[in-house]
Amino acid sequence: MGRDEASSVQNGTRRDFLNWFLGTSAGAFLVSVLYPLTRYLIPPKGEESSARTVTLSIKPQEVKFNSGQIFRFGSQPAILVNTPAGELKAFSAACTHLACIVQYRGDLGQIWCACHNGHFDLNGKNVEGPPPKPLEEYTVNVRGDQLVVSKKG
Amino acid sequence: MEQGSPKGSKLWHWLDERIGLKDLEKLAKKKEIPLHRHTFWYYFGGMTLFLFTIQVATGILLLLYYRPSAGEAFESIQFLMTEVEFGWLIRSIHAWSANLMIFAMFIHLFSALLLTAYRAPRELTWLSGGGLLALTLGFGFTGYLLPWNELAFFATRVGTEIPGVIPVIGPFMRRLLRGGDDVTGATLTRFYGIHVAILPALLAGALGLHLFLVQKHGMSRPPSEESGEGAKRVMPFVPNFLLRDLVGWLCALGVLAALAAYFPAELGKKADPFQPAPIGIKPEWYFMAMFQTLKLIPSHILGIEGELIGVLGFGAVGAVLILMPFLDRRAAAGRPSRFPAVFGIALILYSILLTYLGYTMSPTK
Repeated sequence: MGRDEASSVQNGTRRDFLNWFLGTSAGAFLVSVLYPLTRYLIPPKGEESSARTVTLSIKPQEVKFNSGQIFRFGSQPAILVNTPAGELKAFSAACTHLACIVQYRGDLGQIWCACHNGHFDLNGKNVEGPPPKPLEEYTVNVRGDQLVVSKKG
Repeated sequence: MEQGSPKGSKLWHWLDERIGLKDLEKLAKKKEIPLHRHTFWYYFGGMTLFLFTIQVATGILLLLYYRPSAGEAFESIQFLMTEVEFGWLIRSIHAWSANLMIFAMFIHLFSALLLTAYRAPRELTWLSGGGLLALTLGFGFTGYLLPWNELAFFATRVGTEIPGVIPVIGPFMRRLLRGGDDVTGATLTRFYGIHVAILPALLAGALGLHLFLVQKHGMSRPPSEESGEGAKRVMPFVPNFLLRDLVGWLCALGVLAALAAYFPAELGKKADPFQPAPIGIKPEWYFMAMFQTLKLIPSHILGIEGELIGVLGFGAVGAVLILMPFLDRRAAAGRPSRFPAVFGIALILYSILLTYLGYTMSPTK
């Protein structure tokens, strides 16, 4: 009886030790599988859109009055607007709501997002619909025959 | 197993010894369908499953021509639709069957909800069904991008932006989904892998569990039909109910063929990441209610951005739906319960109303 108890206690500790060993090994194995797997699923950082200034392929006189067009600002879409006041303005074209690409509505004189009906005025301010923030505005410079758009500040 | 089958033949015995046909036969005979005035709704689980098998078959066929890259995806489907014989048919059936399947699944979901079929011991059946719902919507969302057309591009831009509004983990989730910071060819390749490999693997597991639990517990009899005369009325599954199922599937096949032939799937214009979103852009009908909600929500509510409130709202409704077996304590205790009916009917009415608005409100207002 006494010897049985003693051996069962001994077995118990030996079992505990083996279980602990098995558990930590299994845990380590799991981590060694999951870590590379998780890292694999996260895409590598692409090249940052470091462009602060772009020179457009269109000439200032080619931008129609009261209209807008999309151009590439680095890897991001941006919009160039020739306002009813005859001014050239540029903004980020990604709607601040859910990132659809906006367009200029000549009938409203506003920048408009077709996805969720967001409206921005010609200072980029969100004036109607769900967008929570204004569009980022860029500086437009006319250098002779060239249009140069750059980030502010 | 039926009359005229070669039971007792050498082949039957040979197979029986190796597979255990007798056990399978016993299992098939054991399955019964409760008969009552709501029996009709039992057909929609099988209907969803039938349409799913069509998705698997047509999906495999589409794989033979599809090329998952931004440079080739649109062109490969154009080729499929115009050059490959019956390519238009296979793709149209895949697109229509997806829609019918989701429709059948919603009927299955709401009938199970309103008949409180999730009561003990069927909580896990309900949860596995919730998993299947999420996976199916995932199939719909990822499959929508694969043609790489204008609609698909913007639907994915918006759809992957939505988890991005969740605080803290949002931007990481968005990058993980897109395979980068923007929706590009990397997103297409990623969605392709998810659509044809990851989701099918997960679905096989969830569907296996769901079907196993349905066999284990049998069909749920709604509380209103549990007592009184006729409470024990049943119909054998094989062959009586199965044959009725088959009639339904045949009808679905007919509807599917007609839809595919008269309204073949469109392809539209190739995606251009530097073009404005087209006027009148909209998602698939089953995302329309959520889309329209996001459209109508003001930009700020009590100082919090509207889309965050919207997304948290969708999450809360989804959570209540999935956790219904644990929230509905009255039904769990066997007492009549109003909550699932009120919740279910309110959700149906809200979805119908917002979907209606989504299709009728002027897109350029």
